Amino acid sequence: MSAAVSRIREPLIEGHKNYHQITEDLIGPTEKAPNMMWIVAFTLSVITLGYGLFSLCWTFYFGIGAWNANRTIGWAYDITNFVWWIGIGHAGTLISAILLLFRQRWRTGVNRAAEAMTIFAVMCAGIFPATHTGRPWFDFFMFPYPNTRGPLWVNFNSPLLWDLFAISTYFTVSLLFWYTGLVPDLATVRDRAKGVRKKIYAFMSMGWTGKAKHWQRHEYLSLILAGISTPLVLSVHTIVSFDFATSVIPGWHTTIFPPYFVAGAIFSGFAMVQTLMVITRKCFSLEGYITTNHIESMNKVILVTGTMVGSAYLIELFVAWYSGYVYEQFAFYNRVLGPYYWSYIGMMGCNLLAPQVFWSKKIRRNIWWTFFISIFVNIGMWFERFVIIATTLARDYLPSSWSYYWPSWVEIGIYLGTFGLFFTLYLIFARVAPVVATAEVKAILKQYGDQYLGPDAQPHHHHRHDEEEADVHNDGDEKHHH
Amino acid sequence: MKGQHKEVLFGLYNDEEVLMSAIKKAKKQHLDIMDVYSPFPIHGMDTVLELEESRLHVVGFIFGMTGTLTALIGISWIFGGSLMFDGDWPTLFGGKPYWSLPAFIPITFEMTVLFCAIGMVVVFYIICGLGFGVNNPILDDRITDDKFCIAFQTNGMDEADMDKLKGFFSATGAEEVHTKTI
Repeated sequence: MSAAVSRIREPLIEGHKNYHQITEDLIGPTEKAPNMMWIVAFTLSVITLGYGLFSLCWTFYFGIGAWNANRTIGWAYDITNFVWWIGIGHAGTLISAILLLFRQRWRTGVNRAAEAMTIFAVMCAGIFPATHTGRPWFDFFMFPYPNTRGPLWVNFNSPLLWDLFAISTYFTVSLLFWYTGLVPDLATVRDRAKGVRKKIYAFMSMGWTGKAKHWQRHEYLSLILAGISTPLVLSVHTIVSFDFATSVIPGWHTTIFPPYFVAGAIFSGFAMVQTLMVITRKCFSLEGYITTNHIESMNKVILVTGTMVGSAYLIELFVAWYSGYVYEQFAFYNRVLGPYYWSYIGMMGCNLLAPQVFWSKKIRRNIWWTFFISIFVNIGMWFERFVIIATTLARDYLPSSWSYYWPSWVEIGIYLGTFGLFFTLYLIFARVAPVVATAEVKAILKQYGDQYLGPDAQPHHHHRHDEEEADVHNDGDEKHHH
Repeated sequence: MKGQHKEVLFGLYNDEEVLMSAIKKAKKQHLDIMDVYSPFPIHGMDTVLELEESRLHVVGFIFGMTGTLTALIGISWIFGGSLMFDGDWPTLFGGKPYWSLPAFIPITFEMTVLFCAIGMVVVFYIICGLGFGVNNPILDDRITDDKFCIAFQTNGMDEADMDKLKGFFSATGAEEVHTKTI
């Protein structure tokens, strides 16, 4: 507990909060009528979602011929978008699971929103492969079940099937993890609500009372779920990379793909968390909970993973040259200097170069820089997937089948539609549930809040005199134990 | 216990440190605490309350193993080629053996995690008596906000015992003491 705290570290909760103040700050937004900004954002999201649905219906009616994917470039915009959304969907579980195991307390400020983001991003991702099958009403064929078609079973040796299992498992486990964490906070909303709202939240909070035994089991459950989610989150993008790495296409079949995809996923996921958090903390006045330190920690992760991804790009080039295999060499020559050179520049510039500004502490702690770099990273990671997928396929073994790809309005519509879906869901979530894990923030307040009362606390931090004595005593005790 | 009303005497504390020392005192005085409620998990409370260690991890292991076996046996039964199974519909992929274990590992892993997570979460809600639509009695609305509560069951308790409990609450720094029938 407190023994691990160094006073050199800045507090994770600012503004001299007490428990009730935390409740007011975090539950409050769910109790007020939405402001104009929310209504405008929500309307725009729903309109975009509507356009996406229209484009989807168009695809279902006319078939995937409505897309510009062709025989040479069979995977293009849709799979790019799929991998992009899946990557974004990695930050939530990473923050809640891996950072929980590593005892990174700053996760409490952002984990709830990041987990919600994960779930919504995976929902968006799922739309693309489901639609790409061309006949989505037969998608249940992908699940192995005793059937009257032979029985014809699915191919358990195929990375595409592994992907189906990985993503449905990831979605389910993330949803369970997120909702179980949310239950105590929904109980807090319930106990403050009246009338119909109280009834709804009573239903949603499953009768949570905060019993000691329940908390003990809840802690256990969270820890074990974190333990199994950690390899899960790493496996998901590893398996996504197998979709490419196990193929025989030069430019795809590289062994570096799994770690490089995982690093890229963390990279893009954190970027999206930053984009959302910078806006969310401003709209809900959560600066005391999602502090500059949180922003800085996440920027450090972005810097590290961005540099890892960048190194992977360079290693790929080196290995292609070193392999002495002309097709591999051509694939990479084509990637850098071929018809899609602009997407390679976009990828390198946004993913490798842009995050390097975060070496400067000043920039890491600057909200505007953070916001813009996070947007750059989101764009760059989209380019990365486009480079890998479309650029590689555009120049295959037969020059007669070389092709160029550009998305049709239908494909762009579906992509925009997923943004609509994502933001619609996120905006609803931000209205109806606390965006910061209230109980978890309260649990770290004493140790990581700025009214720290331990033996070496600075005197001007003493604000809650009534609890001072107990605290000092306890912290001394704790140090002794560890 | 169904249908039987519980008379409860409970004290509300403002701080978890005060609560913890109160629990310690109650244990020393051999008072029979019905339950302790708090807005967030308190580190070390399970030891003070002498709660048994949770066995949820055993549940997770059993469900996880079920997932592992379901996937492995399922795939082996379908594809055959192993000593155990002839295969429901053996299929040749790229000249590889029917029973190509390394290729089955990813799905086996995912199924392990899936079964483990679902099993543990469902068991958690069942043993805690929680679920959609469940309405457990709430002693005080502020317990999920900023109050920490120790509750005693007082069914059939005489005046002297009640006074002893009330004395305990005032001695340990409870801010409020209430009774409620749940």
